[in-house]
Amino acid sequence: MSVLQGIVAWFADPAHWSGADGVPMRLGEHIAYCLLATVLATAIALPLGLILGHTGRGGSLAINVSNAGRAIPTFGIVILAFLVAGSGLLPITVALVLLAIPPILTNTYVAVRGIDHELRDAAEGMGMYGSQVLRQLEVPLAMPLIMAGIRTSAVQVVATATLAAFVSLGGLGRYIFDGLGQQVYAEVAAGAILVAVLALTVEYLLSKLQTAMTARGLRSGQRDDPMAPKTTATPA
Amino acid sequence: MITFDHVTKRFDDGTVGVDDLTLDVPEGEVVVLVGPSGCGKTTTMRMVNRMIQPTGGTLTVDGQDVMTVSPPQLRRRIGYVIQQVGLFPHRTIADNIATVPELVGWDKARTRERVKTLMATVGLPDSVANRYPHQLSGGQRQRVGVARALAVDPPIMLMDEPFGAVDPIVRALLQDEFLRLQSEVRKTIVFVTHDIDEAIRMGDRIAILSQGGKLEQYDDPERLLADPANEFVADFLGAERGLKRLALIPVSEVSAEPGPVVFPDDDRAHAAEVARSYGTDWVVVVDEQRRLRGWVSLHELDGRIADANLRQFALSVESTDSLRAALNAMVTSRTGVAVRLSEGGLYEGIITQELVSKEIR
Repeated sequence: MSVLQGIVAWFADPAHWSGADGVPMRLGEHIAYCLLATVLATAIALPLGLILGHTGRGGSLAINVSNAGRAIPTFGIVILAFLVAGSGLLPITVALVLLAIPPILTNTYVAVRGIDHELRDAAEGMGMYGSQVLRQLEVPLAMPLIMAGIRTSAVQVVATATLAAFVSLGGLGRYIFDGLGQQVYAEVAAGAILVAVLALTVEYLLSKLQTAMTARGLRSGQRDDPMAPKTTATPA
Repeated sequence: MITFDHVTKRFDDGTVGVDDLTLDVPEGEVVVLVGPSGCGKTTTMRMVNRMIQPTGGTLTVDGQDVMTVSPPQLRRRIGYVIQQVGLFPHRTIADNIATVPELVGWDKARTRERVKTLMATVGLPDSVANRYPHQLSGGQRQRVGVARALAVDPPIMLMDEPFGAVDPIVRALLQDEFLRLQSEVRKTIVFVTHDIDEAIRMGDRIAILSQGGKLEQYDDPERLLADPANEFVADFLGAERGLKRLALIPVSEVSAEPGPVVFPDDDRAHAAEVARSYGTDWVVVVDEQRRLRGWVSLHELDGRIADANLRQFALSVESTDSLRAALNAMVTSRTGVAVRLSEGGLYEGIITQELVSKEIR
């Protein structure tokens, strides 16, 4: 039986689609870990990036620190957190959050810093307080890049959350680790495929969300004048 | 309205942006700050709404020391227009104009009404209200910038090279409209430019600044051109100072000469006598209603004027035209004079170079 046939057979087996070790359950777990980590990372990195970008102080330091953190393998962090905190959700969540912070923080900071000087000048010159400049100008203009950062993080998190299985949690990583342990390579491949499909789905959904959250005047698809009269052929 | 009393701006690095400036901007007037780059004109303007903090002296707006007011509160009472306009790209034109009304908490209906009025005031069609800044031309964006600054009808406006980013034709148009608008709204305006011609055109008064924010002269345009305080001012005004001055003086300032006038029924002998009394070799021909018919050279005149081949004056001036326009008419006519007509097109006299130079000497 070829690997391909093995994979097809694995997916065709009804036993793999129900129960505690079924795909729906594992998928749900996987999504839960990812959602938790991405939301936490956003809750930390977004306000931090906005404030650093708004004030323009200490931004490069924070970005360098968070990027340096990426040099440590996520796998290592999981092990370390496991040794310190024991099993459970904590080690994997800490590792995933640390992984997810840099793209969101960097993108948010860079996006806010990159806003044209004269826009900020006009906003302040009209009498906006700092918080109003942030809410009314900086956040809407930075939104496309912020969302791109969240997207990057989320996709990385989806791929990396397989490590949860290594510290005896669930998620799609279970198939990979169990398959490796039992030398059932069709199961390893099936797990990998499920992770890849989930990552692509997340990427697609978040790109839709990014468009929806971008102010209309900034959407690249609308650079053409929507108000211009349509040229219609008139009968002679 | 705005008073600089020994105001100084020393930057953190020790350079002096504005040095001991004392200047009064009267209510309802346009004061233009002009000078070469680095002269501190923008710094001076930006201290008024505390976009830059003065480091010495007292700057009062409407009798109130600006340092005693919180910057956002101060700025909401002062219209602010900058060269790059700084329209918010994510907001529609209507929303951009509504920025300050929203900040100060106007209700929606009042804001909407005000936006509509302002768009008409600055000459923007209703159809652009829901467009975005990138869909407008440079000139239209400048208009939006002005409308936005006028939104809550502030008594004071600060304008930093507001027409600097558009081409010369649009600039001239916007300048004209600005002057028309200002004659209606009578704001107290501080206007920054590096262009002396724009300054002369727009300013009720002009402050010429030199390097380091030193005030060289503060006068109305005509006094400035007639009597520059020093070499720096004279140099800055340029070699064509006399011409620039002429542009400011209306034709009505000089009394036109009657000129060598003949009627169609007159003959050559009479024409020759009239011409001689004026020291010319040509005469102006008008009809009984004093409508201008043209001019004729004595050399081309045989019998009656009516039979002569009359030449036309290509250009003529009215009382509201400038002496510069009159001078232009002179140099383009073989007669060397400009004819002045009434609004109804009736002949009023001629303006000669002597009359013009007597006026500006």
